[in-house]
Amino acid sequence: MWSTLRSLWLIFLHLFRKRVTVQYPEQRPEIPARWRGRIILSRDPDGGERCVACYLCAAACPVDCIALQATEDEQGRRYPEFFRINFSRCIFCGWCEEACPTYAIQLTPDFEMSEYDRRKLVYEKEDLLIAGVGKYPGYNFYRQAGVSIEGKDKGEAEDELPPVDPRSLLP
Amino acid sequence: MILHLIQVVVILFVLLNLPIGLIWLERRLLGGFQDRYGPNRVGPFGLLQPVADAIKLFMKEDWVPPFADRYVFVVAPSIVVVTVLLAFGTIPFTRHIAVADLNIGLLFFLAMASLGVYSIVLSGWASNSKYSLVGGLRAAAQMISYEIPMALSVVGVAMLAGSLRLGEIVDAQRHLWFCVPQVVGLVIFLIATIAEARRIPFDLPEADSEIVSGYHTEYSSMKFGLFFLGEYLDVALVAAMTTVLFLGGWHGPWLPGLLWFALKAGAVVMVFVWVRSVLPRFRFDQLMDFGWKVLLPISLLNIVVTGYFALLARP
Repeated sequence: MWSTLRSLWLIFLHLFRKRVTVQYPEQRPEIPARWRGRIILSRDPDGGERCVACYLCAAACPVDCIALQATEDEQGRRYPEFFRINFSRCIFCGWCEEACPTYAIQLTPDFEMSEYDRRKLVYEKEDLLIAGVGKYPGYNFYRQAGVSIEGKDKGEAEDELPPVDPRSLLP
Repeated sequence: MILHLIQVVVILFVLLNLPIGLIWLERRLLGGFQDRYGPNRVGPFGLLQPVADAIKLFMKEDWVPPFADRYVFVVAPSIVVVTVLLAFGTIPFTRHIAVADLNIGLLFFLAMASLGVYSIVLSGWASNSKYSLVGGLRAAAQMISYEIPMALSVVGVAMLAGSLRLGEIVDAQRHLWFCVPQVVGLVIFLIATIAEARRIPFDLPEADSEIVSGYHTEYSSMKFGLFFLGEYLDVALVAAMTTVLFLGGWHGPWLPGLLWFALKAGAVVMVFVWVRSVLPRFRFDQLMDFGWKVLLPISLLNIVVTGYFALLARP
């Protein structure tokens, strides 16, 4: 009896509380920086594509929404011939970002990507590629990795020692 | 004669559109109690939301399940609306606005309230589905248990007013509303009418979390809409009845009588929504215990005490 009256009173007080609703289109929700939203492909600081088409994101994807085809340019750099993400399948789990060895694929705090036509949710490479570096400024895979491409041989990357000739180590 | 007919038509029109306002009020208020806004997008302050919902309901497929008892299934939803509307006929909104101020108005209201349960029981039976049947069964048991305290709680009012005519009952409250000498009766009447209108915490016939949707599980489209209409008209009816019996009807200073009536009835509806937002649904044995072991003795005691004082006060 007493508890009923007490809860009647307490809930009456709730009429005058601040509303917790965020009135979405007019009032923007606060989205944290690590929000897992629309997926993008970033570029390195020099403007080149970061993606080296290693297929790790496609392998990690639990719903198989990523499709790509690797190829090589005249400099010997690997890049995806096409890169396709089907966002009507994507569950925004972020595993592709975790799998990516070159920080190329990243999830962004954008979630407003509704379409009336389902086919428009299939994003091609030109839709995914952005001009900037995303979350990792200053990182350039080919400048730091020991892969040889045209203009940079093995041992010439940052913080890399020249390659050792194993024969010279023989006793 | 013609004037009276126009009055009847106007009252009917207002009543049939009342649920739109009530649903809006309930949802906004419920939102307020739960720290949110409630519908506020369609129309000014979301006022057109129930209209949109009604249009959507009309567009739904009107389906009679093949295993149902077809005729009873179709008739059942209309019974609750008809009985509630008939009961509304006796309510004096002001001294002059009433469809028929019967000399047995109070009795008529109780009779119609009891008849309304046929709608629920028959729909539960005709649906030929276990959930509907359980819902109808619960409705029947609940109505019997709460009808009696409800009827007994208003006996005190009838004794004090010396009449069953609702207009005279209101007139007897010119100086003192019956909610003061009959406060016990008011509380019992409110509890019993919540059970009568099958609203939370007495919504066992529907009990969405236990028996899908109870008696209207198999109903769709406007047949379901009629149940909805009936339920909200029922809320309006018992609010109006509480106003007439305990809150002095149209009496009140400064404002016109009709406005006073609407304000008081609206306040009662808000109390209903308030109670709904606070209390969870009763267990069935608790419901029965409460009806028979608490409300019934208290209402009988109320009659005895009221009768004693009424006799003392007689010149």
